[in-house]
Amino acid sequence: MHKAFNVGTPIETEVLHGIELTLARGEFCAVVGPSGSGKSTLLNIIGLLDRPTSGQLRIGGAETTTLDDVALTRLRGHSIGFVFQYHHLIGAFTARENVMMPMLGDAGFPNAQMAERADALLASVGLAHRRDNLATNLSGGEQQRVAVARALAMQPALLLADEPTGNLDTKSADAVFELLRGVNRDHGTAILFVTHNPALALRCDRTIEVVDGMIVR
Amino acid sequence: MNPWAPFEWIVALRFLREGRLQTLFIIGGVAIGVAVIVFMSALLTGLQANFIRRVLSAQPHLQLLPPQEVVRPLGVGGGAVESAIVQPPLQRLKSIDQWQKVVAEIRTTPQVAVVSPAATGSALVVRGDASRAISVVGIDPEFYFRIVDVPGKIVRGSARLTASDILIGTDLASDVGASVGDKLRVTAASGASNTLTIAGIFDLGNKGANQRTTYTALHTAQSLLGLAGGVTSIDVTVTDVYAAETVAQRVTAATGVEADSWIKTNAQFFSAVNAQVTANTAIRFFVGLSVAFGIASVLFVSVVQRSREIGILRAMGIRRGQILRLFLLQGGLLGLAGSALGSGVGAGALMMWQRYAIGLDGLPIVPVTLELPLFATALIVATFTGLLAAFAPALRAARLDPMVAIRG
Repeated sequence: MHKAFNVGTPIETEVLHGIELTLARGEFCAVVGPSGSGKSTLLNIIGLLDRPTSGQLRIGGAETTTLDDVALTRLRGHSIGFVFQYHHLIGAFTARENVMMPMLGDAGFPNAQMAERADALLASVGLAHRRDNLATNLSGGEQQRVAVARALAMQPALLLADEPTGNLDTKSADAVFELLRGVNRDHGTAILFVTHNPALALRCDRTIEVVDGMIVR
Repeated sequence: MNPWAPFEWIVALRFLREGRLQTLFIIGGVAIGVAVIVFMSALLTGLQANFIRRVLSAQPHLQLLPPQEVVRPLGVGGGAVESAIVQPPLQRLKSIDQWQKVVAEIRTTPQVAVVSPAATGSALVVRGDASRAISVVGIDPEFYFRIVDVPGKIVRGSARLTASDILIGTDLASDVGASVGDKLRVTAASGASNTLTIAGIFDLGNKGANQRTTYTALHTAQSLLGLAGGVTSIDVTVTDVYAAETVAQRVTAATGVEADSWIKTNAQFFSAVNAQVTANTAIRFFVGLSVAFGIASVLFVSVVQRSREIGILRAMGIRRGQILRLFLLQGGLLGLAGSALGSGVGAGALMMWQRYAIGLDGLPIVPVTLELPLFATALIVATFTGLLAAFAPALRAARLDPMVAIRG
């Protein structure tokens, strides 16, 4: 797979060169590399937020590069969960409502099952007691844990975590990492974990190193 | 979360609630605009209705008169140049030809309400040493009183009109020193005269009319004026005063008698009314435009402020259409809330106007009525304006690249 920006212009820039990557079901994989190496671009393409300039991307065996925006959005919503460095919770909603959001958007109307699942996910991340708090009233670590719970709402096969511990203190970072490890272990969710922290990378099943748009290890 | 509300409603309402101050400000802005439109519209409608009522309270909507006498000089012909001073002819008192047939024809014309023949001419009224020039209007009360509410203007006596009765104005009664039951000698220009009994004294609200206008039975006037069964005018009212000119043209075409509408005879007044309507429409348009721009600008700012939230919503599988709808909803809700508040403020202002804008006679300067269609229209138009105004920001939100939005 290749990815270039400003294709066809004098400033065309290829940022991913011939990436070949296979992620097995249930695999916990760290992605490391210097800043500007193309890690986030790779994650965006795998997360169906961007399209490769050439090459193929298969999710669960299904070819995605020929899908239209509606189909991509649906596949993304059902198959992929995201946790970013910033939590991106919607401040107008409570913790529980933020976790319900992907299910609500998919179904169109809220129902009791959504609320139950949201409560169960919040309990699994240790925040059952904070479910009715507005997202803005939670601590940084709590907000990131709610973001993890939200990412799991649709029971995705793949969870993409782009430096989820980057803004957290050591203790909170460790807690979030263990949370992700637990998700991987208990739900069989494959995880791609982008990190600058070599200690955390070592705790993953596999490490992929991206340098200058290529996988070197 | 409301189990009955779909995704877009839940998120739109929550977004509006979160930016409470911003939301209240824009609703306030919309409300002011709607209040101005409601107030001005009701005031203008009341003003127009008041003008028309005053103008038409003592005159018919259409009037048919016999054709004017014209001079047709005999030409010398053969290319010779003619130089002549043509004396305008005397306009004799004459009847409308076959007026009964004309009346019957007019009564079958659509939108015609009342048709009333009248015989009008000049006369002199004498009582003792006093004499005054008057206009004798011979009428059929059954029809004429439905055009001009003479009974409603009687201040003494009654509006009875037998063959020997006459109704006179307050100023004429004062000038000749007469009262109800007194007799007046009425002499026409033709020399015919009659002694009539004052059955009632009226006040038309106009000194000149109260001095000159008198009413008798149609036959009485016909005898006095030497019209022998003829009428000098046919007065008509129509169901829609603004369609009077159209009906006049229809009547002229059907009867061959020229019919003049109140619109034609009050052309300047009608132009003034039209100018007011045009000015009011322009003001309403620009107020509506400023309301729309206000909503659009607030929502554009909201889209920018919430771009990361939009990005994460898209990342978690929310479709472009859902994002579009939730911003359209916000615009519609702002328009609806603002118009509801504005309608209330406008109604309140109108009630205050009715109460405190009083003339010397103790009545409102311009009577206004609070009509439900006005408020319903304001509600619908403002909501629709909000939806339209939200379209551009909603489209921008829906087209946001989630990757770009999330990364900032």
